[in-house]
Amino acid sequence: MIMTSKISEIAFGIMSPQAIKSLARVRVVSSDLYDADGYPVEGGVMDPRLGVIDPGLHCRTCGGGIGECMGHFGYLELAKPVVHVLYTKTIYQLLRMTCRKCGRILTIPPEGKEKKPKKKTSEKTVPSRCPHCKAQQKKITFVKPYTYYEDKNELSSETIRGRFEQVPDKDLRKIGFRGGRPEWLMVTLFPIPPVTMRPSITLESGERSEDDLTHKLVDVVRINQSLKENIDIGAPEFILNDLWELVQYHISTYFDNELTGVPLARHRSGRPLKGLVQRLKAKEGRIRGNLLGKRVNFSARTVISPDPKISINEVGVPETVAKELTIPEYVTPPNIKYVKELFGLDKINYVVRADGRRIKVTIENKKELMSNLGPDWIVERQLHDGDIVLFNRQPSLHRISIMAHRVRVMPHKTFRMNPSVCPPYNADFDGDEMNLHALQTQESRTEATFLMDVKHNIISPKFGGPIIGLDLDQISGIYILTMKKTVLNREETAQLFSDAGIDIDLPDMEKFTGKEIFSFFLPKNLNIDFKAHACRNCDTCKKQDCPYDCWVIIEKGILKRGVVDKAGVGAENGKIIGRLHRLVDNENIKDFIDSYGRLGTAFLMKRGFSLGVSDLDLPDSAYKIIREEIDKSVKESHKLINQYNKRELTILPGMTQEESLEAQIMNVLASGVSRVGDIVSENIDNNDIFFMSSSGAKGSLINTTQMAAVVGQETILGKRIKRGYLNRTLPHIKPHDLSPRSHGFVSKGFKHGLTPFELFWNIMNGREGLMDKSLRTRKSGYMQRRLVNALQDLKVNYDGSIRNAHNQVVQFTAGEDMIDPSKSDWGNLDWREFIETQAG
Amino acid sequence: MNTLPLKIREELDGYFTQNRLSEEKKRDILNTVKILYAKSSYDPEEPVGVVTAQSLSEPATQMTMRTYHFAGTAGIQVTLGLPRMLEIFDARREPRTPTMTVYMKKDHQNIEDVRKIASSLREVKAKDVILSTTTDLTEVQIRCKLDTKKLASLGMDPQKVSKCVRLRNTETLVEGDELIVRPKKVDLKNLHKLKYSLLESHVKGIRGISQVVVTKEEGEWIITTLGSNLKKVFEIEGVDYTRIVSNNIFEVLNVLGTEAARNVIIKQAKYTLEEQGLGVDVRYIMLLADLMTVEGHIRAIGRYGLSGQKASVLVRASFEETKKHLTSAAIRGEKDDLRGTVENIMMNQVAPIGTGAFTLVRRLPGLAGKKEWREKPRRTAKPKKPKKTKKPAKIKKTRKPKKTRERKAKKPRKKKK
Repeated sequence: MIMTSKISEIAFGIMSPQAIKSLARVRVVSSDLYDADGYPVEGGVMDPRLGVIDPGLHCRTCGGGIGECMGHFGYLELAKPVVHVLYTKTIYQLLRMTCRKCGRILTIPPEGKEKKPKKKTSEKTVPSRCPHCKAQQKKITFVKPYTYYEDKNELSSETIRGRFEQVPDKDLRKIGFRGGRPEWLMVTLFPIPPVTMRPSITLESGERSEDDLTHKLVDVVRINQSLKENIDIGAPEFILNDLWELVQYHISTYFDNELTGVPLARHRSGRPLKGLVQRLKAKEGRIRGNLLGKRVNFSARTVISPDPKISINEVGVPETVAKELTIPEYVTPPNIKYVKELFGLDKINYVVRADGRRIKVTIENKKELMSNLGPDWIVERQLHDGDIVLFNRQPSLHRISIMAHRVRVMPHKTFRMNPSVCPPYNADFDGDEMNLHALQTQESRTEATFLMDVKHNIISPKFGGPIIGLDLDQISGIYILTMKKTVLNREETAQLFSDAGIDIDLPDMEKFTGKEIFSFFLPKNLNIDFKAHACRNCDTCKKQDCPYDCWVIIEKGILKRGVVDKAGVGAENGKIIGRLHRLVDNENIKDFIDSYGRLGTAFLMKRGFSLGVSDLDLPDSAYKIIREEIDKSVKESHKLINQYNKRELTILPGMTQEESLEAQIMNVLASGVSRVGDIVSENIDNNDIFFMSSSGAKGSLINTTQMAAVVGQETILGKRIKRGYLNRTLPHIKPHDLSPRSHGFVSKGFKHGLTPFELFWNIMNGREGLMDKSLRTRKSGYMQRRLVNALQDLKVNYDGSIRNAHNQVVQFTAGEDMIDPSKSDWGNLDWREFIETQAG
Repeated sequence: MNTLPLKIREELDGYFTQNRLSEEKKRDILNTVKILYAKSSYDPEEPVGVVTAQSLSEPATQMTMRTYHFAGTAGIQVTLGLPRMLEIFDARREPRTPTMTVYMKKDHQNIEDVRKIASSLREVKAKDVILSTTTDLTEVQIRCKLDTKKLASLGMDPQKVSKCVRLRNTETLVEGDELIVRPKKVDLKNLHKLKYSLLESHVKGIRGISQVVVTKEEGEWIITTLGSNLKKVFEIEGVDYTRIVSNNIFEVLNVLGTEAARNVIIKQAKYTLEEQGLGVDVRYIMLLADLMTVEGHIRAIGRYGLSGQKASVLVRASFEETKKHLTSAAIRGEKDDLRGTVENIMMNQVAPIGTGAFTLVRRLPGLAGKKEWREKPRRTAKPKKPKKTKKPAKIKKTRKPKKTRERKAKKPRKKKK
């Protein structure tokens, strides 16, 4: 970026009347906005010298048009000074701290007599006699919102201003008052802001609707005018006071319309007006809403849908979007031919001539523009394949919620993405929408290419493992492919690679096992062994002799043993992907994920993958055992209830009788359900539903158990369902019934169907989940904001330390070992494996 | 070798002694590891702060709101999940469920001793040893029947109890197994209130410890408590005071100091995350804990802690309490030197972090002498190759920014002198 000037510092201070006057171009005297002809009144708050807001007009002060003239201030002379409401506390403190006679600060000892301070002088301990002129001080009280009393006599604003004028500068510096003079806190000259910051809107009816601030300013000017007139004619004190009070009120609400003890200033419609503070404050305010949250052009948003055939760092962009989004192309002698070609294809939307004029390209002017084309022109060309763009899904909780993809223009109306990039965005395809941004400068495109591209973000900085990997069907496919029994003949193999869109020279073999096919793209120096996700957690692990083929061994890039599943290639867990970044560069990891994703999908499509209710069938013998197990645990809980009723129940430490009973019943039922789970896993066929859960593609054994056998205990707040009627959960249940069936135990599986009660418990549990989710997102969202704010400017320095923006050291060595988790192996440096890989 | 972190050095030493290798081979390995380490190291200007914040809060969205869980095998309920995370980051004075894990010295590793210690830890309140109370309105006194059996098992007698139950403006008498509490002034109104404060009064054990559970973990007897009071537990005979763990950050800060408090923050945050099955690199938790404790005391993450104490006015105003920060900045005549990220975003300038931090400007080699490239209007000062060339970043030469950068770069150096 070319920077011509840079703001290096911002100073804050109080505006002096002189500054206000010198800044102002208009002295406001009239409370009228427009005259009878609808022209703005000179000396009114809409004076044309204050700036332009109407298109076509020019500023009377600087001659600039709309967008050129930033507007100019005016000022209003107040008949009596007014307290600046935002500083009422400061004024109070200053009044108490200064001598009423000589104006010195009471807590500062006179020169030459400085004693060592005995105690820290706080604002509460102000001496009652001035150490400088010995004048006796009186008690100052402050009554909200803006009245000050000295021993019960109200202090007039002139008196306060007079006292503040006496305070010497050196004293002010000592108490840390460095922003200006205290008397400036009593407003005498009131600045009228330029009209550009309070534009009026012309309604369809031709009526003008003024901004809140303008309304407020009119009030201030009007009341001030009548106060002045009343002073001039020598009106009685009480009238003057009332009017002054009113000026004070209007100016106060102009600054801040949410003051405690001040009635809200309202619009005619009853809506509270927006003061200056309200403009700045909170989420939609100027600071957070506009300065920190910037809006952009060159962006698009639409629904996303999956396309496993495109690469993970590509994004399918609909033609309609690609035609609308543009990228500036700087016409230079070397590329002028190329630009003309684009013209011919109608791929140029706008042209910026050397004189800076922006012209839309139409059929009429196309030829003319083309012939005039020359260096120093900029053409805005449409997106085409290979352009780098940013892709984002909200909420952007991560840095990997925004990544750079390569454009691929496609038909239809959705953004297409490889399902493997869903985890970092946390996206799914149930109607999610995502945003796309076309980068406008070469600098930003370069940064996106080298830092934000998906391929550079495969390893998540959160835990040092791959966040991008195969998912869902891709895993199922690879899992079934690498199973022992999968053997394909030459023709089938060739077909598979063709379906997957992979160009490969098949070795001269007649048959290929799935493991051989898998090994084709593994880097030759990969040696790894690990436990597959499908591992059944046997009591003694036989490792390489695993009867279920769950111990994966890869030697020199050849899959010797084991099935490859979530633990091998999945997102977040993929051991192979996690290891790859040490062996090959990012481009190759990307290719690896691409090819295996396509391979898995292609294989699964050929094989077919489906499930039905009959897949959940268990043998009758198994059902018998399951029923027995459930009955047994229900019986056991009844036994516990009996014991409880007889007060014979064993009480668990730190619990009451009731709590012990609940805990024990929950335990008994849970262990019953888990035994059922074991029975299900032993008896279920090796069918697709089983493959899904064992490979880690989707679902778990719990889901299978809930469908096939028993749902189990439904809970609310981690306890059995207790709420409902007095001493019972539903009106059909006897009061004080503690049995499992009346407190949310679902003894059947979804396949067999739930009783009405059971369905009710199930839905109660579901509702709790929904409530929990909405509460959680709010809480953690706020936590994130606080965390980011606290940590935002910490960075690693060249000496390896972590410091904040003001060079305060937080850690002398970043992370205590300088290892960047996003370049690590699950947070560690697996040098041993690396060396052995190199050696082997 | 010295450039490597200690852990890797130790691992290497172990590897070398395990495998007998030639000096040459050793050197080879060392070099490979050094290169690997350099490749895995942080790049300068990496915005670790933001990455830390994101890495910690993104998993928080997946945490459960379910608050309680039984800690380990012991039946002590502790706050977990998102509420506990908030508790740690907010630096609350008192956690919702303070707990301690108390270890025994080696010569006290038998069940009898441990039970004894455990029972001496537990706070006994008056209500635990009182069977029944009667409020005697005619005499204006409270009579309490004491559980003598229980007292005996605690090694107490009514006399001792009466000494413990010393309430303000009352006298305590013992009549047989009855305890009589009488206000010094006749005060019927507050007699009922008196009864409750009597029942809650401390008799024996350590204040605040309401539950103790003895368990055996890894062949060692340990006591888990609900409620925490490190100072008092240290005084108890047989307790291994070098290993006691408390989850009360402020208590650890006061008793054991800042470093210990930092460790508690790390340990607790890590435990909370891991309990939910969320893997987050420890380095991030460590950075956060370090940031919270750099000043020597604990600063919370939020309005009244870290965020409210930032040096930059604009950062503070952009977080919360905009009005307060802007007005006080004006009074003090504060200056914001725009060195942080947010300030520069507000000014629409490149923030000095990451790729925005570079102060070196280099002219493209091929274009070095060609005037026309430099002196063209600003807009066209960016020559671009046709199509999407993947050549490295072209950084243009500009004059003005260079000057400001030089000034900036010198500043810190001056300070050092």
